[in-house]
Amino acid sequence: MKAVAEFKIHYVQMLDPSGQPVADLPAFAHSRDELVRMYRMMVLARTFDTKAVNLQRTGKLGTYPSCLGHEATHVGAGAALRPEDSIAPVYREIGTQYWRGVRMVETLTYWGGDERGNDFSGPRHDFPWSVPIASQTLHAAGAAMAYKIRREPRCALAYVGDGGTSEGAFYEAINLAGARKLPVVFLVVNNRWAISVPIEQQTACTTLAQKAIAAGIPGVQVDGNDIIAVRDTLEQALARGRRGDGPTVVEALTYRLSDHTTADDATRYRPEAEVKAAWQIEPLIRTRAFMAATCGWTDADELALKAECAQQVEAAVQEFLAMPKQTSDSMFDYVFANQPVRLTVQKALARRYSGQGH
Amino acid sequence: MAQITMIEAITMAHAWEMEHDPSVVLLGEDIGINGGVFRATVGLQQRFGSDRVQDTPLAEGMIAGMCVGMAAQGLKPVAEIQFMGFIYPAIDQIVNHMSRMRNRTRGRMSCPVVIRTPHGGGIRSPEHHSESVEALFAHIPGIRVVCPSTPARAYGLLLAAIRDPDPVLFLEPVRIYRYAKQEVANDGKALPLDVCFLLREGTDVTIVTWGAMTVDTLKAATQLAAEGISAEVIDLATISPIDSEAILDSVARTGRLVIVHEAARNCGVGAEIAAIVAEQGLYDLQAPIQRVTGYDTVMPYFKLEHDYLPSVARIVDAVHATFVD
Ligand SMILES: Cc1ncc(C[n+]2csc(CCOP(=O)(O)OP(=O)(O)O)c2C)c(N)n1
Ligand SMILES: [Mg+2]
Repeated sequence: MKAVAEFKIHYVQMLDPSGQPVADLPAFAHSRDELVRMYRMMVLARTFDTKAVNLQRTGKLGTYPSCLGHEATHVGAGAALRPEDSIAPVYREIGTQYWRGVRMVETLTYWGGDERGNDFSGPRHDFPWSVPIASQTLHAAGAAMAYKIRREPRCALAYVGDGGTSEGAFYEAINLAGARKLPVVFLVVNNRWAISVPIEQQTACTTLAQKAIAAGIPGVQVDGNDIIAVRDTLEQALARGRRGDGPTVVEALTYRLSDHTTADDATRYRPEAEVKAAWQIEPLIRTRAFMAATCGWTDADELALKAECAQQVEAAVQEFLAMPKQTSDSMFDYVFANQPVRLTVQKALARRYSGQGH
Repeated sequence: MAQITMIEAITMAHAWEMEHDPSVVLLGEDIGINGGVFRATVGLQQRFGSDRVQDTPLAEGMIAGMCVGMAAQGLKPVAEIQFMGFIYPAIDQIVNHMSRMRNRTRGRMSCPVVIRTPHGGGIRSPEHHSESVEALFAHIPGIRVVCPSTPARAYGLLLAAIRDPDPVLFLEPVRIYRYAKQEVANDGKALPLDVCFLLREGTDVTIVTWGAMTVDTLKAATQLAAEGISAEVIDLATISPIDSEAILDSVARTGRLVIVHEAARNCGVGAEIAAIVAEQGLYDLQAPIQRVTGYDTVMPYFKLEHDYLPSVARIVDAVHATFVD
């Protein structure tokens, strides 16, 4: 029998877990400024994350999904994107969002149970988080269609989890993107777990990147804890999209070092040893080691950076805690542009009873 | 007999039925080793194995479609949709197949499926985790919609739902999953579907409600009693089809009707109840019907969720409004 088609999935890694280069590095990896910028954002995301988990524990935030372990993937994406590109994130991507100008107080506002957190700083064309899993992959495809129709050299980036690649919406999005050659990148953040369901139970696929093959588009797997590899791979995929050469699926292999959210207890279903092993290959260690080796990053630099991040996070928390609450009016004011009379009547009723419930 | 919560009663009903009916198979996201995000299926995979308690890949359309196929071939699937806000990808299968396979095949095939899902807000959840969209499903012919209001009713109604030969959407009010404990006999006795439950007898006004709103409604009734108004409180329990007789009988005695639900007002189930009474019990009414409902807005994020949920004060005021000439 003759083979009518054959496929391969490539794996990209540039720094090994100890920070040793294992491939030719792109230009930005030789720039101290660029490295510091990326590392700084990873440390900021982690500092914020720790604080947010604590704020949930003390009742200041609702359920919060930690991004612990995902910093290289998210910040790498942030660094690869241009401001005019757009993102369709899920719920953990602060590493990208802060890079793009979203403020920490806005994240706190959102997880504090307040819609104003979605009216964030940063690109006005970026989508808010999309909690219904995989739904946002179609939004990114739609955004890409808009850029294509208007002939704009822009690219959309959708994030989706390993679990999310089981949803119909994901398959529909990659299929359409392939069929119409849309400027969109699907970043599959494979952190091994979808709440309590491990990847082996999610799919029989060896890689998630190979799902691209069925959609007729390129798929590549990258070490998601290697910020250099993530940024370089995404820069190329995004450039491809902007050039009009079509979509790409990029699978970033990382690990959810935290519980799924603060409402979850991963010790119920996840072996301790696996988490321990994942800490050995987490993204900050290797970036720091690489910087120490190549651009003189010192312990003093490290301490100063951590102090600066802690201070920024603390300022954001103070701003968040001092924010006045929205009134009950806010539930009515954004349902429609032109408010129906019925809603105006209900708005008055809600005002009358506001603060009396429960 | 132990005092148990609603969530424990739900687990107990699952276990009883799985023990006694080998065709019962559970499927859903995170229902296996994790026991479900609310722990409704805790311990069941360990006890009945991973063929009968399946963690599915993350896809609700798949879950509902699988249920159709499994049910049509002799199993009794009980599916968990993790939150009601994530049920929408399943609606195609529910509307187009699950609810009408019996009708389409003139009874040759059927779908004895239960879809369980948490219902309502009030527990500081993120967006999409506090939905109460029972009216969307009540509109679909061929599927029952059921919502318990106590541990005992959760136990008895879930057993009834699993044993029913047709699909049932079983809504579990999250606010009262762990609200009050109750003695529940693990005797495998189902409660009847399609009937209301009388929660409190009264003579002056009928208040119909369901799910978590029964708690606030009963509080309102106590408050009203203190001022001399005797409210009869009815738990609808089966939201679709509605037990019209029970409501009409009560209204015939009290002459007043207030309907309380958490869901949005527009085309809510309260409108159907009001229409039934307007059609068949208008001359029993001494005052216009009142509805106390959620607003016609998106369920707000949790900082304002208690401004959205009908309060005891709103219920009391609505009852007062039925006494104004
Ligand atoms: C459509 C839908 N179904 C179920 C859920 C509940 N849920 C929230 S996160 C999650 C797991 C997601 O796993 P994955 O896609 O791998 O992303 P991760 O959380 O690991 O980043 C589930 C089942 C949801 N948010 N949306
Ligand atoms: Mg995952």
